[in-house]
Amino acid sequence: MATQTQIPAPDRRVPVIAPGHTFSTITDKISNIVLKRPISLGWIFGFLIVFSMMNVLMMCLGYLFVKGTGIWGINIPIGWGFAIVNFVWWIGIGHAGTLISAILALLRQTWRNSINRFAEAMTLFAVACAGIFPLVHTGRPWLAYWLFPYPNTMNYWPNFRSPLVWDVFAVSTYLTISLVFWFIGLIPDLATLRDRAENPLLQKIYGLFAMGWRGSARHWHRYESAYLLLAGLATPLVLSVHTVVSFDFAVGIVPGWHTTIFPPYFVAGAIYSGFAMVLCLAIPIRSIYGLKDFITERHLETSAKVMLATGLIVAYGYFMEGFMGWYSGSQFDSFLLWNRFHGPYKWCYLGLLASNILIPQVLWLKKFRVSTGWLWLISFVVLVGMWLERFIIVIVSLSRDFVNSSFGMYYPTKWDWMTFAGTIGMFLTFMWLFVRVLPMISVFELRMLLPEAHVHENAAEEVKP
Amino acid sequence: MSMTTSRDVTVYESPIEGSPSYGMMAEFDSAEELMAAAHKTHDAGYQKLDAYSPFPIEGLAEAIGFHKNRVSLVVLIGGMIGGISALALQYWVAVITYPTNVGGRPYFSWPSFIIITFELTILFGGLSAVIGMLGLNGLPMPYHPVFNVPAFAKATENKFFLVVFSSDPNYDAARTKAFLASLSPRMVAEVPS
Amino acid sequence: MSIDENKTKAASAKGPDVCPTKRNQLDLATVKEQIADTTGPEYWRSLEELAGTEEFQEMMHREFPKGASEWLDDFSRRGFLKTMGASLALAGLTGCTRMPDTEIVPYVKQPENVIPGRPKFYATAFTLGGYASPILVESHMFRPTKVEGNPEHPASLGGTDIYAQASILDLYDPDRAKDITYLGDVRSWPAFMEAVKGPMSVETRMAGSGVRILTQGVTSPTLASQIKSYLDANPQAKWHVWEPVNRDNVYEGAKLAFGEAVETRYDFSKADVIVSLDADFLYAGFPGSTRYTRDFAARRNPDGNMNRLYVIESTPSSTGMKADHRWPMRAGEIEGYARTLAAGIGTGFAAGTAGFNNPAGGATKFDKTVATDLSGHRGSSIVIAGDHQPPSVHAIAHAMNQALGNVGQTVFYSEPVDANPVKRGESLNALVDDMRSGKVDLLLILGGNPAYDAPAELDFASALKSNAVETKVYLGTHRNETAELCQWHVPEAHYLESWSDARAYDGTATIIQPLIEPLYGGKTAHEIVTILAGQPGLTGHDLVQQYWQKQHTGADFDAFWRKSLHDGWIEGTQHAPKTVALKSASFSATQSMPASGFELNFRRDPSIYDGRFANNGWLQELPKPLTKLTWDNPIMIGPAMAERLKLNFKDVAELEFNGKKVKGAIWIQAGHPDNSITVFLGYGRTRAGRIGTDTGFDVYPLRTSQAPWFGDGAKLTAVGGIYQLASTQGYQTMETPVGERPLVMERSLEEYKKEPNFAKEEEPAKDLTLYKPQEFPYEKEAYSWGMAIDLNSCVGCNNCIVACQSENNIAVVGKEQTLKGRHMHWLRVDAYYNGPRDNPKGFFQPVPCMQCENAPCELVCPVQATIHSSEGLNDMVYNRCVGTRYCSNNCPYKVRRFNFLLFQDWETPQFKLMRNPDVTIRSRGVMEKCTYCVQRISEHRIDTETASVREGKEIRIGEELQTACQQSCPANAIVFGNLNDPNSQVNKWKALPRNYSMLAELNTRPRTTYLAEIRNPNPELQSGLQSKTEALVPEAELQAERT
Repeated sequence: MATQTQIPAPDRRVPVIAPGHTFSTITDKISNIVLKRPISLGWIFGFLIVFSMMNVLMMCLGYLFVKGTGIWGINIPIGWGFAIVNFVWWIGIGHAGTLISAILALLRQTWRNSINRFAEAMTLFAVACAGIFPLVHTGRPWLAYWLFPYPNTMNYWPNFRSPLVWDVFAVSTYLTISLVFWFIGLIPDLATLRDRAENPLLQKIYGLFAMGWRGSARHWHRYESAYLLLAGLATPLVLSVHTVVSFDFAVGIVPGWHTTIFPPYFVAGAIYSGFAMVLCLAIPIRSIYGLKDFITERHLETSAKVMLATGLIVAYGYFMEGFMGWYSGSQFDSFLLWNRFHGPYKWCYLGLLASNILIPQVLWLKKFRVSTGWLWLISFVVLVGMWLERFIIVIVSLSRDFVNSSFGMYYPTKWDWMTFAGTIGMFLTFMWLFVRVLPMISVFELRMLLPEAHVHENAAEEVKP
Repeated sequence: MSMTTSRDVTVYESPIEGSPSYGMMAEFDSAEELMAAAHKTHDAGYQKLDAYSPFPIEGLAEAIGFHKNRVSLVVLIGGMIGGISALALQYWVAVITYPTNVGGRPYFSWPSFIIITFELTILFGGLSAVIGMLGLNGLPMPYHPVFNVPAFAKATENKFFLVVFSSDPNYDAARTKAFLASLSPRMVAEVPS
Repeated sequence: MSIDENKTKAASAKGPDVCPTKRNQLDLATVKEQIADTTGPEYWRSLEELAGTEEFQEMMHREFPKGASEWLDDFSRRGFLKTMGASLALAGLTGCTRMPDTEIVPYVKQPENVIPGRPKFYATAFTLGGYASPILVESHMFRPTKVEGNPEHPASLGGTDIYAQASILDLYDPDRAKDITYLGDVRSWPAFMEAVKGPMSVETRMAGSGVRILTQGVTSPTLASQIKSYLDANPQAKWHVWEPVNRDNVYEGAKLAFGEAVETRYDFSKADVIVSLDADFLYAGFPGSTRYTRDFAARRNPDGNMNRLYVIESTPSSTGMKADHRWPMRAGEIEGYARTLAAGIGTGFAAGTAGFNNPAGGATKFDKTVATDLSGHRGSSIVIAGDHQPPSVHAIAHAMNQALGNVGQTVFYSEPVDANPVKRGESLNALVDDMRSGKVDLLLILGGNPAYDAPAELDFASALKSNAVETKVYLGTHRNETAELCQWHVPEAHYLESWSDARAYDGTATIIQPLIEPLYGGKTAHEIVTILAGQPGLTGHDLVQQYWQKQHTGADFDAFWRKSLHDGWIEGTQHAPKTVALKSASFSATQSMPASGFELNFRRDPSIYDGRFANNGWLQELPKPLTKLTWDNPIMIGPAMAERLKLNFKDVAELEFNGKKVKGAIWIQAGHPDNSITVFLGYGRTRAGRIGTDTGFDVYPLRTSQAPWFGDGAKLTAVGGIYQLASTQGYQTMETPVGERPLVMERSLEEYKKEPNFAKEEEPAKDLTLYKPQEFPYEKEAYSWGMAIDLNSCVGCNNCIVACQSENNIAVVGKEQTLKGRHMHWLRVDAYYNGPRDNPKGFFQPVPCMQCENAPCELVCPVQATIHSSEGLNDMVYNRCVGTRYCSNNCPYKVRRFNFLLFQDWETPQFKLMRNPDVTIRSRGVMEKCTYCVQRISEHRIDTETASVREGKEIRIGEELQTACQQSCPANAIVFGNLNDPNSQVNKWKALPRNYSMLAELNTRPRTTYLAEIRNPNPELQSGLQSKTEALVPEAELQAERT
């Protein structure tokens, strides 16, 4: 980054951090959002809305436990409905955070420093939402713990051949790793808050979580190698999670599930929707909390490019599905293809093609990449499209499988919709709280973006943009 | 500046008057100054010293003579334990303790066991990275003598500190103070223990 | 609890009392006695008082040990009272029955020859329209739980029909009438007898001129003789008979042909060529269908001497779907066709006029070919006419059979099985006239439901309502439409509760013996008639025994009686064939149909018959063989007609006939004759019970004596709106836009002869796997179970479904859930159509669990709730299931069923009695599926193992082990057995060339395989039927458009 100040000429791009900032201005600006900024009416109003949405979720779950999964639209043949669709969707969204923090960290993409923090938070909340569904979609949720291997008097164990058990391990591992990853990223900033907080109680609380961090060179040394190793571990993990999720389908024999393209195409889709969600959140937040200096157009544009790229991979996935439908010569696969275009759910499929492939192509134009309004809209469309994709994969495939007599239809009930809306409420509720209690941008990593942060004699080892 | 005044109070009121000092602290304005100072101090033969900065500075640790840490080793061991135990569990369950015919697959259907083995490797590796790092850093440690220096509050914002510990054989309150002062710091203060 | 115990006496079906009362012992019943007339707080006090007594505590130990132990320590008295309250609530069932003390005997002493947990089987008979279906009833600790066919009875040979199978549910129907009532107030049996005594004595003085008895079809010799003897004593009294689904035409046709009413029965085992003139003789409700199906199916073996079936029908039926050549034709034109045919085989008939549906060319060619085929098989062919065809058609059929020399070979005439073969319509008509003209003082309606199902123009209901009739007594199981209009309602005993007798289609008599004491103190027709005859107090048992004592000529009546009871039929009661001479060859033609306008057909409902089974959940939810509809009756029309009228599935339409109108939902049925409408009787009940009330729409208002089965000039107009019809099958063709799916394999006989292995799909080689193949126990075990289903024999009669439901305690979910696609049948029968939609080929395919070797369901279950057993079964462990439904998603055959909600009824005490104790009751959130009746397998394994120990040598389970579906199949289409036994029947079948496994390419390696369907079309007619499939509007997609 330092290159910017030394030889600004070659790099015409918008800097990742607006000029004129010093260590203390950065620190002030970000930590004050948490420590000094008064709670606005808008915040409270919004919180009430999202919190009541979250309570709708609680109500739905309560009713679900009382009545059973029959309150949803699921049936035979369509044994999985919204629950699994939402699960896959949320997990997908939950990929951006760790991806940004881990993979971009490995690639030394320092521009990530200004967005990784809340991207990671978003990941955690998304995974939390996702985690609800596999649990409650079971017929007897109170026995869901049977999916974990634990010694029991029956001497009976889970079936390690089942993708659902893989899911349990993958998702819980992902949640844990993302959590610790996020937490150790927070430690130095918590120390900052500890030292800046005036309210003794806050001092205590932040101090408790800061664990006595004092920025010793030795600590930083270990800290950095630990962080790097975590990034190294999280990178294959983040790729594996959606791969495993895709196995839920790819391991099955249902036409439309049983394809080898799924893992890469699911991962791409996950990153796709993940970045869409990051943008959907970042764009409003940066303007509300005046963080345009730290989350600059550069970030938005780069994210838009990532979306474009992953979007194209997803498009390739769709194309391969179609191609195999024709090439495999399996009449079940070719019927699948026919059914997507002509079947009862054709509108979902066409909508999917439009929102996931067609519309995002405008991102080739810089105009759309830099205009926040457009970008937000496109990201939103992509989120919808990715939800539709999961709907197609889960429900439409099941509605027409092998035996004609057992073709069926799926009609979501109001409980399906309310549960979905409820998880969105829960997600936003967590976001709402997060922006108020924790630094939503990694302060110490921002400091590193300043030229002063770099010692000349080490210029050789310096980060190239 | 109410903050600092309040800190001053704490200094003077602290009951550690006359007690053996923990070390000598010098405050610097920039990373470069700190780096230079660290080098000089180390070259001057001080072993037991530490530097504090609001963000990681490359080479600083080396400058104070701290070259390699064992975090990666911990992670390696953790990861291996995770992977092996995962595979062992699955093998034991599927082949030894309760073999069942599931979908006509052999008892030891290894391809199915790869995923969980992988996931647990990551999980154990990741956790041991965090725990190892904190453990080796001796964290959590809510109290530490350096916090007694009021100015040190800035160590997490924009100031840089160098401390020579009194446990250093060459440490002598007066001489060390003079030496540090010679590095043109912003200030030099004794760290009470 | 107490119920079964209270019922032990009669249920043991052997005269003497099995366990005499002990003085000093109480039982729940006595407790209830003592607290009978106390209520409210007092009630509890009396309980408390009781609780003090020693007997009470002792009784507690016997009745509920748990409650008792609680009882002994003072702390949980409250808890005990709860238990007590609950159990009394349960006992409340018996609370409704008034039973003399002497009979309420708790089951305190183990009667000999009863081993707890070992069911016993009793032979008895179920009757429909009087005709007996001989059955064996499984009794668990004196609770009848399952109906099975009687293998020794000529009319069953082990098979049953759906109505017999489902009748067990009627016994435990919680809606059954529980008390004798007078104008709705509860009365006692003596009170009732008092009440009728008065009028009776008056009547006897007037030779019973005011007495009318209205029964359903009666074949019971005992009842008939009872009534007859009464009528002899009171010549003025009259006996009327009414059955909405009757055989008037059959007897009238016989009269027309031979001058006397004779019963016609057929021997399909000897028939090479069969021509059905609108006769659905392969479906329950057609007398003898069970036996006919057995014989017919036996002749479908393509490797043997395969028969050929031509069906000319006015409404697509399962018989039509099995036909080698099917010709849809409006009912009114069938006579014309029959005449043409008859002319063709030289009976001296004038050929009938060509009708609307048989345009010149094809028809005549068809006629000629059929005629030549028939003439080519003199003495080995059958022409059979349907019950709803006019007498003349029957007469023509008789004439043809005579001309073909089939009489005495394949066709036999005998005495009418019906004890009083009067023409139903006229008989009821006469009764109504008498009622209106005040001639009737005492009307006894013994069963049936005339107020609901009488011909519209008679308006029986109003006649019954009017005060013209002084005393109206109704004997019936339910407080139904008729009961509401009679002052007296006597609850009728279910046939499993009563002594009686009945004749099967061939006259063979069966003694109906009870398996359980009447749950609600119901009475039988016999007992009512005894009152008339002034001989009250005689029990059904006495009456039946007396009657047969009279008939029995040989010595040792006791032995004869026991044998008859045991075998379930009485030797030498089969009606001897009787020779009758054809009167004339020309029968007055019933006026022929105009060639235009809509014809309206009335048909018995395939599931609930004439409405009498409307409150039977199993039958209501039983998918009808062709439409797979449940819970409703549609207005059925053909595709072409639907197109012309712009009607679609589920459109609400108004049907007008004889000036009366009803509204119903449209169903477009492939193969339905054009310009013709079919509606089904039995729905739209207003007082059927919690299940049957207000399902479907009532078409009886359209049905008159003039046109009981079909009539012309119906109007059909769409009135807009949609009425949801719950069909369990989404898509009724194997065709998809990308080709036909290999589900049901079918070829013609010639093609089969040329290429016997046509059905085999190449299965992926065993070693094409990522793993090195593993040896599993079932390859070495003594047993490895498998099943084969012969699609050629299967006639889609639905028996297996009901049998499975009964055997495995399968829940009924109701219309709403069925609409959502959540029906629970473990075994379904898929119906597919193929070919031109106006006259497609039909296929039936029973689909149980395939018990795959490489089961996709097992692989994906996260908790190993479904895994392979050591004998190769695909086990489902309910207790372990957490309900992810992944297994069902991954099951290519979609045979798994899930308890999305709490579908099982855990409250109703009656159902607790009904259920098969050997099968778990599944609760909410659990997956379930066919288990090959694993409970039966275990039972036999235990038997053989104990036997082995006893005999000291190894004894293996043999062919006597049958699954419920296999056992009840009248067509012998299902074979189940041990694959590790080279001689087992199932192995023999699987060795046949036409054996194939469904979707073999998926490498699931099913243990349930199919024998491909082979048709035997007439080579000369081949061309006409081979044409491309036009798929009907797929049901599911339709729904999509509509919602």
